[in-house]
Amino acid sequence: MAPRSGDAIFSSIDRVNAELFTLTYGAIVRQLLTDLEEVEEVNKQLDQMGYNIGIRLIDEFLAKSGVSRCVDFKETADMIAKVLLFPPMFLGVTASVSSWDADGTCCSIVLEDSPLLYYCNVLSGFIRGALEMVSMKTEVTWTRDVLRGDDAYELQVKLLKQVAEEYPYKDDE
Amino acid sequence: MQFFGGSEISPSPPVPTASGNNAHMMYVFNRNGVCLLYKEWNRPLHTLNPQQDHKLMFGLLFSLKSLTAKMDPTNADKGNLGVPQLPGQGCSFHSFRTNTYKLSFMETPSGIKIILVTHPKTGDLRESLKYIYGLYVEYVVKNPIYSPGSPIKSELFNTALDQYVRSIS
Repeated sequence: MAPRSGDAIFSSIDRVNAELFTLTYGAIVRQLLTDLEEVEEVNKQLDQMGYNIGIRLIDEFLAKSGVSRCVDFKETADMIAKVLLFPPMFLGVTASVSSWDADGTCCSIVLEDSPLLYYCNVLSGFIRGALEMVSMKTEVTWTRDVLRGDDAYELQVKLLKQVAEEYPYKDDE
Repeated sequence: MQFFGGSEISPSPPVPTASGNNAHMMYVFNRNGVCLLYKEWNRPLHTLNPQQDHKLMFGLLFSLKSLTAKMDPTNADKGNLGVPQLPGQGCSFHSFRTNTYKLSFMETPSGIKIILVTHPKTGDLRESLKYIYGLYVEYVVKNPIYSPGSPIKSELFNTALDQYVRSIS
């Protein structure tokens, strides 16, 4: 198989039919429930899966969008909501950022409806994984969930710390 | 010291040229210093074994980044030399040139570092390095069998890379 030309690579943003995606995703969750039985365990697996996706997809996002580093966490949160989640980049979810705390380390991202959100733990793992690859350790939790009777989907993203690059080799080697 | 002037190049997706090999070698590192890829096209002199060579290259870049950021005359906020920087702080260098070679460097916010060592007459390779990053995303990151942080063994990636680098004149 010959390598594709650059144009083909860069202009290809594959789209998946939303129902197909929901059904596939639903099937994964059902299988996990059968294998693991406990809801807590399933949620942990989903979070891990999201994390694994996030740590890879961050590179695709960076390559396709060409953005350089965000200067601070505020800019990062805006970037997540407006570029990462919004179509046509990924996921097709409309999101907005709100509720900043006093030091600018914790915010809420409110999401409008999307088929992905029916089993939503993958999304929190995804954001956590992607941010970790750009040196930000965060905690991502669901604060509002329509499936539980709230009026919207809301994620809380809290910056724990920024990890600077350390020289990885020991000096005596 | 520069004996030759650089030529202006705007690399874009491959256009085959007859000039053949311009590149000497290439490294790709991740944020932890693991050498994900090392490719050699034309390197007459080997002085160190591969591990030492990779460590030397990574260490060089790490120090250069730190040094160039601290020497920045336009930036008011400077930490002490040797203190690890938060990502996003400081400027970043993108190439250096000697009389026998030119080293071009690109680092992404996710810590992937791509280094290409070429003939000293080579122009600005920043667009080329971005394109190579795109190849990395397509053939490596999206490959479910590849585990992040381990050396790259993808045939497709190697072939695509080889084709592209040979076409940069």
